[in-house]
Amino acid sequence: MNTTNLTTDPLASIRAKLSACIQCGTCTGSCPNDFAMDVTPRYLWRQVLAGETRKIFLSQTFLMCSSCYCCTLRCPRGLPLTEAMSNLKQIGVQLGFTTKTPTALFYRQFLESVRRHGRVHEMEMMSGWFWAVKNPMLPLKFSSLGLKLMSKGKISLLGPSGNRINLSNLFRKVTELENQA
Amino acid sequence: MKYLYYPGCSLDGTAREYNQSTKSLMKGLDVELMELTDWSCCGASAAEFESRLLSLALPARNLAIAETMADDLDLLAPCSACYLNLKKVTETIRTDPAMLSTLNQILAEDGLTLTGRIHVRHLLDILSVDIGAKAIRERVTSPLSGTSIAPYYGCQCLRPYAVFDDPESPTSMNQLIEATGARIHEWDMGAKCCGASHMNTHHQAGMTLVGAILSSARSADAIVTVCPMCQMNLEGYQNSISAQNQTDLQIPILYLPQVLGMAMGISRKALQIDQNLTPAGRIFMKMGSGTIP
Repeated sequence: MNTTNLTTDPLASIRAKLSACIQCGTCTGSCPNDFAMDVTPRYLWRQVLAGETRKIFLSQTFLMCSSCYCCTLRCPRGLPLTEAMSNLKQIGVQLGFTTKTPTALFYRQFLESVRRHGRVHEMEMMSGWFWAVKNPMLPLKFSSLGLKLMSKGKISLLGPSGNRINLSNLFRKVTELENQA
Repeated sequence: MKYLYYPGCSLDGTAREYNQSTKSLMKGLDVELMELTDWSCCGASAAEFESRLLSLALPARNLAIAETMADDLDLLAPCSACYLNLKKVTETIRTDPAMLSTLNQILAEDGLTLTGRIHVRHLLDILSVDIGAKAIRERVTSPLSGTSIAPYYGCQCLRPYAVFDDPESPTSMNQLIEATGARIHEWDMGAKCCGASHMNTHHQAGMTLVGAILSSARSADAIVTVCPMCQMNLEGYQNSISAQNQTDLQIPILYLPQVLGMAMGISRKALQIDQNLTPAGRIFMKMGSGTIP
């Protein structure tokens, strides 16, 4: 194997974690979301081991992981499979494969709200997300719930209680250290 | 008994009744809670989507604050996602000293230091292990006899860290619920995933997962949860899920401290039962109080 490739290959660190995979499929059998995946978890790990980066990020499988940790719990080789799913999510954002997807836009709005206020401001996050996704049908799915929450006074335009905590320093330092690594 | 307390963002907003009922229950059990000063978001599932380091740094900030407040108190987190994120930091730095020093570099920006000495505990862990069903039973004044309750644990208080219960076939809620006089609804959905944030980002997948859980609880009088995200998913979409399944799947969804508090005679106001999105009238009727909130 070419070592230069290994250091620049975005999947290298995940592959190292999964090298003991025996392709038994326990992960697929344990996954509550496999019905909504285009590629099964077992096959996804095969793709990771084979270095099929493009195929992995064209598929929706890692985005459908809801971090229930069933596969991690049951894997007979004790592999950190949920962590590997998270690593794919992170690489997807870092390399720009997923940044335009509704999922990535949702989490971006969430973290932006946290950076600014220290706590998530649910109204600001959801409206920011609707705006970013630019799909006029999207808010309709949440209108009934949103009205219920507003009628209970559970979401407000004012945002979270308590002191505003600006986490810009923390976010900036995280980015700085990640860029060094 | 005394604990440090980290409510988390949901309990400050859409799950405020979980916050209030936890506080009221603990008061009724003579347990003191000391809320972290200026706590911030744990990162939820959002930080881990973008950056592993951020997903550890956000909860680490709260653990560092906890360390300034007490030397020997455990930190109670009622939200399963907060619990897991906080616990992941203590578990990670135990075996990865390099990560501890990286996190301290980040925390130094705000004058904080982390050693990792605080134990993070889920509410269910504290209720079932430290307090126990006996203490609840002794305080029951309005038994929930005649009702059947389905215990729903979700994922992240059980997995990946199996601390206080079996991660696949949990039972820790059984004794607590039985202490109230209620019957346990036997089912195999208690530790199944509700889809977490799929309800937002992959709506139909979330609807399918929650539909299976609600269908399996049809003969119960209520489902009890210990996580604000599970609660929101199970209670927030019952109309449309019923329509999709062409059957009535409406059922009260209550937080565990609300159910325990009800049996202990704590007022509905102090438990904020009217803040839940599903009307709890059905269970009050059954337990014989006769009035619908």
